[in-house]
Amino acid sequence: MSMFGVLQALLFLLCITLLTKPVGLYLFAVYESEAPPLASTLGRLEQLLYRLCGVDPKQQQRWSSYAQSVLLFGLFGIIASFVILRLQQLLPLNPQHMQSVSSDLAFNTAVSFATNTNWQSYAGESTLSHLSQMAALGFHNFTSAAVGIGVALALARGLTRKPGPYGDHCVGNLWVDLIRSLVYVLVPLSLLGMLFFVSQGMVQSLSAPIAAHTLDGVPQLIPMGPVASQEVIKQLGTNGGGFFNVNSAHPFENPTPLTNFVALLLVFLLPAALTYTYGKMAGDTRQGWALFGAMLVLFVVGLIATTAAEQSPNPALAGFPIDHAAGNMEGKEVRFGVFGSALFATVTTAASCGAVNAMHDSFTPLGGLIPLVNIQLGEVIFGGVGSGLYGMLIFAVLAVFIAGLLVGRTPEYLGKKIEAKEMTLAMLYVLIFPLVVLGLSAWAATSSDGLSALGSAGPHGLTEILYAFSSAVGNNGSAFAGLSANAPFWNLTLGVAMLLGRYFMIIPVLALSGSMIGKKTVPKGPGTFPTGSLLFVGLLIGVIVILGALTFFPALSLGPLAEHFAAQYGKVY
Amino acid sequence: MLQQIALPALRVTAVTLFLTGLVYPLACVPIAQLLFPQRASGSLIFDDRGEVIGSALIGQRFASPHYFQGRPSAAGTDGYDASASSGSNFGPTSQRLQRRVQSDLTRLQADNPDQHQAIPVELLTASASGLDPHLSPHATLWQVPRVAKARGLSEDRVAALIAELQEGRDLGIFGEPRVNVLLLNVALDRRFGRLVAVGP
Amino acid sequence: MSSRNAERSLFEPALIMQAALASVRKLAPQHMIKNPVMFVVEVGSLLTLILCLRDVMSPSSVTSPHWFSAAVCLWLWFTVLFGNFAEAVAEGRGKAQADTLRKMRKETRARKLCDGKEESVSASALRKGDIVLVSAGELIPGDGEIIEGIASVDESAMTGESAPVIRESGGDRSAVTGGTKVLSDHITVRISADPGQSFLDRMIALVEGASRQKTPNEIALHILLVGLTLVFLFACVSLVPLGSYSQLRLSITVVVALLVCLIPTTISGLLSAIGIAGMDRMLRKNVLAMSGRAVEAAGDVDTLLLDKTGTITMGNRMATELIPLRGVAIDALADAAQLASLADETPEGRSIVVLTKDRYGLRGRDAARFHFVPFSAQTRMSGCDDGARVIRKGAVEAIRRHVEALGGSADEELEALAARIGRTGGTPLAVSDGSSVLGVIHLKDIVKGGIKERFERFRAMGIRTVMITGDNPQTAAAIAQEAGVDDFLAEATPETKLRLIKAEQDKGKLVAMTGDGTNDAPALAQADVGVAMNTGTQAAKEAGNMVDLDSNPTKLLEVVEVGKQILMTRGCLTTFSIANDVAKYFAILPALFVPAFPQLAPLNIMHLSSPQSAILAAVMFNALIIVVLIPLALRGVRYRPLGAAQLLRRSLLVFGLGGIITPFVGIKLLDLLLSVLNLV
Repeated sequence: MSMFGVLQALLFLLCITLLTKPVGLYLFAVYESEAPPLASTLGRLEQLLYRLCGVDPKQQQRWSSYAQSVLLFGLFGIIASFVILRLQQLLPLNPQHMQSVSSDLAFNTAVSFATNTNWQSYAGESTLSHLSQMAALGFHNFTSAAVGIGVALALARGLTRKPGPYGDHCVGNLWVDLIRSLVYVLVPLSLLGMLFFVSQGMVQSLSAPIAAHTLDGVPQLIPMGPVASQEVIKQLGTNGGGFFNVNSAHPFENPTPLTNFVALLLVFLLPAALTYTYGKMAGDTRQGWALFGAMLVLFVVGLIATTAAEQSPNPALAGFPIDHAAGNMEGKEVRFGVFGSALFATVTTAASCGAVNAMHDSFTPLGGLIPLVNIQLGEVIFGGVGSGLYGMLIFAVLAVFIAGLLVGRTPEYLGKKIEAKEMTLAMLYVLIFPLVVLGLSAWAATSSDGLSALGSAGPHGLTEILYAFSSAVGNNGSAFAGLSANAPFWNLTLGVAMLLGRYFMIIPVLALSGSMIGKKTVPKGPGTFPTGSLLFVGLLIGVIVILGALTFFPALSLGPLAEHFAAQYGKVY
Repeated sequence: MLQQIALPALRVTAVTLFLTGLVYPLACVPIAQLLFPQRASGSLIFDDRGEVIGSALIGQRFASPHYFQGRPSAAGTDGYDASASSGSNFGPTSQRLQRRVQSDLTRLQADNPDQHQAIPVELLTASASGLDPHLSPHATLWQVPRVAKARGLSEDRVAALIAELQEGRDLGIFGEPRVNVLLLNVALDRRFGRLVAVGP
Repeated sequence: MSSRNAERSLFEPALIMQAALASVRKLAPQHMIKNPVMFVVEVGSLLTLILCLRDVMSPSSVTSPHWFSAAVCLWLWFTVLFGNFAEAVAEGRGKAQADTLRKMRKETRARKLCDGKEESVSASALRKGDIVLVSAGELIPGDGEIIEGIASVDESAMTGESAPVIRESGGDRSAVTGGTKVLSDHITVRISADPGQSFLDRMIALVEGASRQKTPNEIALHILLVGLTLVFLFACVSLVPLGSYSQLRLSITVVVALLVCLIPTTISGLLSAIGIAGMDRMLRKNVLAMSGRAVEAAGDVDTLLLDKTGTITMGNRMATELIPLRGVAIDALADAAQLASLADETPEGRSIVVLTKDRYGLRGRDAARFHFVPFSAQTRMSGCDDGARVIRKGAVEAIRRHVEALGGSADEELEALAARIGRTGGTPLAVSDGSSVLGVIHLKDIVKGGIKERFERFRAMGIRTVMITGDNPQTAAAIAQEAGVDDFLAEATPETKLRLIKAEQDKGKLVAMTGDGTNDAPALAQADVGVAMNTGTQAAKEAGNMVDLDSNPTKLLEVVEVGKQILMTRGCLTTFSIANDVAKYFAILPALFVPAFPQLAPLNIMHLSSPQSAILAAVMFNALIIVVLIPLALRGVRYRPLGAAQLLRRSLLVFGLGGIITPFVGIKLLDLLLSVLNLV
């Protein structure tokens, strides 16, 4: 890593670490205090929205109602987006006269955004009207993140609430969590971020594309659109669905290295801060910092590995008279360079963001392996907004179970016993990911519909398949984009994968919360294993890595590892 | 039970769709246009007649020897198609990547007979967006002998212009030093006169 | 039955034979399904067996050599068998104990009272509620409660303790156990258990594992293991289509071998053995747990309630002072006190002799001159008759009645003295010579030697100790301080005990307590772990979930340790099992993939000699490690009261890191062995 790479990395880590506490405290005040801050301004808007929605903010929900609310809200959102995409040719704000989106692509896209995956089977600038971008996609960018926060809060409440005034088995109210997320967090931050992004050159306009007569005489159509407003929430909500086909590699969607850096801070901002919020809820901020620590370590390791891999030239091009000093530049932008791209790739896959500023498909085999592994570890390295925290908490429950046994106590987390029911739910959560990823990958790898979309032959093709399904189930959304996924087989299988990866993981999470919330809390003693300690951080990392590695090592050795060793021998496919 | 949840769910969907899908982005447009009119509209650059040459942020295809050329582009069929941004998405062990590099290499060597240094890797690798407006200073300097010769200028004057236009790291830290190829070529034309395209 | 306490060799030849046979019997699917992980192994083994047979019948060129699939198949079966073997050995050890117990259940005759008439029946025909008579020299025919009489009973058959104990009707010492022997007097007993339900029967059933149910934590662990098994099932099954993409044809046998190596067979094979062995260890410590759940809960105990008497202080008090009544010379009192205690072998009596000897210079004298009157439960006195001189010592109340019977009287001074001693927590013992009371012996609670250290160990385990006593708060505080308990409950009544337990439990704590009296029963039932003393009443025993045959209240220390050991052993072997997978991947995956991707050879970091030997070595290691770990599963991982973090660090180092390294070494050695023997 060059000196500037190290400097940028350290600065990034420093910013995230410094932001975690204040933002986490703010989130705690927003969600868990009786009176959120800024009552005179934002509070009015909050109350107005409750009235418009017919929501009683004082009413609490049990886990099952919370889950039903999440599911129904998801369903209505998917329907709304599907309809808008299918009917966009009839709707306003369509200066390019885009046609109706095909039904499989509309399904895929609606599901993709509702599930916070934001997989791009579509190419924004050539498929979607401005209205579709704003209403069908942008709307989900906000709400899917808000739902994620809600589910994470519900689980955190289940783990931390002591029997008492709330002790009647209620885990919160989705509508309150959702509206507060929008009013106090997502919309205000997006407005600020939008201004900064526009100042850096990001487009925010509703006009039609502008025809240019280029210097060398070739005509060029320069696309326009409400890009900046979409871009902020794309990052802040760890959505990642791009306005343009190439996402954050597009100069209008990520014009400068500075926007690149700020965008990445936005990606980690809420997932990191939520760990602190969780610590506050637990009444012991070390609980939150322990999760943060595990995330940070895994992230740094991934960042170093990706950077190192991309810094080295592609071995397949070794024989040419090329000056490789800049590293593996295929699929990367000059303004970001290898480090800016590696940082982005690590952040976007660690958090389940899925935006890209470089083409992961063209990364070196090991450089592409790390983003894939980041996703396959369960999207818990900061992870998606909310989903990162609840995923990490599931792993914490598993780690605590092992740790409890090792110290000779029936396992407990934050003083609440982990019993058969909780283990069942945690294992359901853990199982759904490999089941869907490996099952659908196996299908795609052996069916002609699956294989015909591949952009590469040999082991790299297998990696494209694995990456696509891992990204879909992990609700990441980035791709090895050589795969031409805009075909019915892929749109449908990936759509189903995204639904399973979102809702079949949320349901066990909420059920776990419901099963934990009523439990008695055992006070801490010297025999209690401290879950706020460095040792626990180590154990947690171990559980995540071992579980992820053992699950996917065979498949990965046939994909990226086989390709890596093949490339060393100069083999091409 | 379901009704108790379905009705709020429906109303919340409608209200949030309206708020986040319409009010927010539409409100952003006038604000952005008011504060940063030029940038919010695409950082367009115009020629003397006021016609749009392009966007300062979007790379363009240059084939003439008197212009600096950007990176290989996979956007659209001929590259640099701004309405179809795309990377090549060739995998590292892709045969097609090797073939493309080979053919670009041959072309670059033929176009730059006076340059004997190894070719900087950016000139042989497609950018992520297909619209990358930049090259590293190294990759522009590599083209100086060709451009200077085509324009009948000394290499030093061309190199001096590059040094003038070179952008450093943002705030001295972020990103890489770079040269905007379109702005460089516009500056060449402005300073040394616009040449009518002549085939090589 | 002292042999029960001796550590039996883990692998007695006879036991091994039995266990080997049992492990084959346990292959029956209806048994295997109870352990889903091992069931998967059995199904896999069956599959490879069928494939192996098919290949022999109709050889085809694409499959691997016969000997290889046969060897893999064989070792897969061994994996299942070894798991069964572990369980069978644990059960066998229990059975051996049960046999010893069964021998005790001699066929005895009972004298049953039927409508006032005595009738001789077989002991096994006795029903709950029957009334039987037992006289000195007879065996008590079944568990029951004394409803009339008092007797000394030899319970060594149950407890191994040779000193006889007093059993009497009413009060807290009324329970008797079947198979024990009445030494003196005669008693009437109401039988409290139907045939097959007696203490002994339940004990036998528990050790044999017949009534064993999975404990809550065992179920939770099973879910984790099944989940992991499913993960690996996905990983292995999907490998076939993913491999076919890469033009890799994987044989079913090899995929099954990979699957079996990856799923947590080590812990699954040993899991039930750990549980059975835990119960077994409990019994070796003479604690009879009514369920595995109780043993598991013992590991979690936060608060321990202990009766002062007999636990923290010596069950018997020591003489510390002689206080003569007004007008009585101290020497006269000392002389009488010593005479009254010369033949008294109880610790109290001995302490009086020692005190008089040390402090008042009284030497021993010719014992033959005296006629000694031993303590009897009826008189509550002991002493000696020297001709006409009648010297007695005993409870103040008893002595008062005694002298009054002889025409003397006990004045108020005696009462006042007794009351004063009582207030300081001591016990007064009156001494009389003839019809006059001479004075009082002050018997004091003496805190047991080493008890402080034991409480420190509890503290190190994170357990808070609370002393329960009927004493007044000042006395209690003094003793609590001296003994080093964390807290005390003075002037305890059954209600305050119960309230204390509930209060602790409301704070989320797990409470253990020991008790013996009938009035302890509600508290024992309320406590999460209630250990009833075997000397206690039937009611106490029914209420608790453990019975300590030795009636040694600090036994809880060992009970807690066994509970913790069981959990730790499970945790350590689970960690070990999962950590093993890393090496197994590096053994098997290169063997699978290198034929299609020769460039993947660098993954073969162990440099195993051939794909076949690599796979075989991994499968063999996986099977053999179960056998190697049986002793650990049976003995349990050692518990050290170190504090959770340090304990975890140690376990992770040994079983986590060790679990990663061991198979690398083991598989490499097996691979070398296979190639040296030219088997591969």
